[in-house]
Amino acid sequence: MSNAAKKLIAILLLTLVALFISLPKEIPIKINLIGTKIDKTFTRPDLNINFGKVSIHKNFDLVLGLDLAGGSHLVFEADLSGIEAERRETAISGVRNVIERRVNLFGVSEPNIQISTFEGKERINVELPGVNNTKDAINLIGRVAFLTFAEVEGEGDKQTLKLTNLTGADLKSATVVFDQTTGKPAVSLEFTSEGANKFEDLTGKNVGKPLPILLDGQLVSAPVVQEKISGGNAQITGTFTLDEAKNLAIQLNAGALPVPVKLVEQRTVGATLGSESIKASVKAGIVGLVMVLLFMILSYGKLGLVADVALIIFGILTLALYKLIPVVLTLPGIAGFLLSVGMAVDSNILIFERFKEERKRRPIYDALEVSFGRAWDSIRDANIATLVTAFILANPLDWSFLHTSGPVRGFAITLALGIGISLFTGIVVSRNLLRVFIKEKKS
Amino acid sequence: MNWMRYRLVYLTISLVVIGVGVFSLLKWGLRLGVDFTGGSNLEYKFSQNISTEVASQEIENLGINVTSVQSTGDNSYLFKLPYISQDDEEKITGALKEKTKTDITLLRFENVGPAIGPELIKKTIYAIVISAGMILLWVAYQFKSIKFGTSAVLAMFHDSLVLIGSYALFGHIWKAEIDFLFVTAMLTILSFSVHDTIVVYDRIRETQRKVGGSLMDLANKALTQTMVRSLNNSFTIIFMLTALILLGGTTVKWFAAALFVGTVSGTYSSPFVAVPLLVTWDEIEKKVKSIKSMRKKS
Repeated sequence: MSNAAKKLIAILLLTLVALFISLPKEIPIKINLIGTKIDKTFTRPDLNINFGKVSIHKNFDLVLGLDLAGGSHLVFEADLSGIEAERRETAISGVRNVIERRVNLFGVSEPNIQISTFEGKERINVELPGVNNTKDAINLIGRVAFLTFAEVEGEGDKQTLKLTNLTGADLKSATVVFDQTTGKPAVSLEFTSEGANKFEDLTGKNVGKPLPILLDGQLVSAPVVQEKISGGNAQITGTFTLDEAKNLAIQLNAGALPVPVKLVEQRTVGATLGSESIKASVKAGIVGLVMVLLFMILSYGKLGLVADVALIIFGILTLALYKLIPVVLTLPGIAGFLLSVGMAVDSNILIFERFKEERKRRPIYDALEVSFGRAWDSIRDANIATLVTAFILANPLDWSFLHTSGPVRGFAITLALGIGISLFTGIVVSRNLLRVFIKEKKS
Repeated sequence: MNWMRYRLVYLTISLVVIGVGVFSLLKWGLRLGVDFTGGSNLEYKFSQNISTEVASQEIENLGINVTSVQSTGDNSYLFKLPYISQDDEEKITGALKEKTKTDITLLRFENVGPAIGPELIKKTIYAIVISAGMILLWVAYQFKSIKFGTSAVLAMFHDSLVLIGSYALFGHIWKAEIDFLFVTAMLTILSFSVHDTIVVYDRIRETQRKVGGSLMDLANKALTQTMVRSLNNSFTIIFMLTALILLGGTTVKWFAAALFVGTVSGTYSSPFVAVPLLVTWDEIEKKVKSIKSMRKKS
């Protein structure tokens, strides 16, 4: 078997695997031939591999962005004017943490919360997929975090919490420190002078008892008071990991440094519009694809057929990759994919035009090899420009001086992936197809 | 074929198209969307036909200005309002439901505060400057020549002008808006424009190495060799974009249209703007040199 044929078989196997991944989860099969009726639903199993300690679970579902699945994109602006410059970073991560907790309360599956800074303004971007009562979510997120210390009253089963007058306003800051005797991470609290007095009273009354700390009414920690503490400095010790200690400090700071947030931008897409958009895009995609396939056959005959096979492989591989990475698919992202389908045949067109010229001078097999070799330079140079733009639009490094928007990022990613995969299918796949095809013709 | 003989024709075509665009731009300006101006877009789908006047009046009764109403499909309407509060959205939905006595679904609600627009403009400028700069550097590096790089970038500006100009016209006729997706399309087009130009340049460079000859001859040859590929490639892209414009739904329609205009302009500008510029530049350079050498001799 020739080398090209081996490569071709490898490509076909790869395509089959990709096809399996890119198929929808459930495909209804309804065949009604005379006498036999088949009415089944083919369900693609999820990947579930357990190999010793390694276990891989993957469900190959497309991840849809807010504009397709429905949901809200909210931008809050944090008002940091009341907080000293050096404490602002701590304060903003506190806000983020508080918002994350509140969003989780809403039962949102995968909320995406990001901080962005531009020209001294701190913004918090919140993405809530599939939330219907956006108003409640906004109200909840927009509230200033409230930290209180509580006392435990009663014994045994009848224990109740009694809120005290010691609140986040009395707490100056919380920092992660390392315990001097054990070397373990701990959280150090510093109170204001008024807070120090309240804390002294409180600890005096509750020696040996826990002193629960509540943020927005939820328990964040319940350290047990070892002794009466005066002077306004305390330490919470325990078997923390460093991350746990950091997280506790962030939550305490969220209460100590209350930051008002204000909604400055909201984009909500209803689920109806999203599913209509998907249908419309699929329709447009199929019509466009058929036109491209026909065009290639009409312009290049058998060569066009080879390009069409490569294009279909391109589509299958791309979809599979979207699911594997996974790429969050947005409406502009689908447009980017369709655009890349139109562009994917470019390398084939370039090569075939070259092939027409070279055939006049050389035998067919040599002409083919020369065309592929020469066209590669052009293809590479030309595509780099598009990759540069895609990089800036996707803003993968989250540069604050560039705009980051989910839908646009989706477009850039699908476009860049499309270019990458089309280089493979347009060159490697169609080249090997042609090698096999033409050799057989010779013999 | 002697493509370069018709340089004046190409120049005229470009000038006419850009002229119409600049005229539209000056006369009507661009219709900026909420991304840039701030404000609110509320899109509803009603279960039956409604009168837009009645619906707008109902919103105005709440003390909220309705900037415009647009039909976006079967019984779907898009209301454009100034920046409103979350409560206002509920009030409007409630009032419309009551007045029209129909089921209404909120398809889309975009509400952008006044601070966002100016920031977005700045970020857009950064994005354009960075990508145009990097593309210029890449072309200049690849072809080791400022002549090549500058001509390619001028062709890129040509395409941007065509795109912006046509959107001033589309905005006037079809109310097409400039939003961040338009900016995305423009950045993509910058790269498309250079894509084709590079393919032609590449052919010029290859023939120059092998056969040599005057830049004029090389350019003519390269254009003949690449014309079919350039057209065919644009056709396949245009097929996909046409399908998207006609069938892809309202949200991406104008995005696809911007890419369409850019693809057509980008295909045109490589052989008919970038290469003629390059050849003309070369000619002027030679003339200046020969004048200088003549002066030295005398």
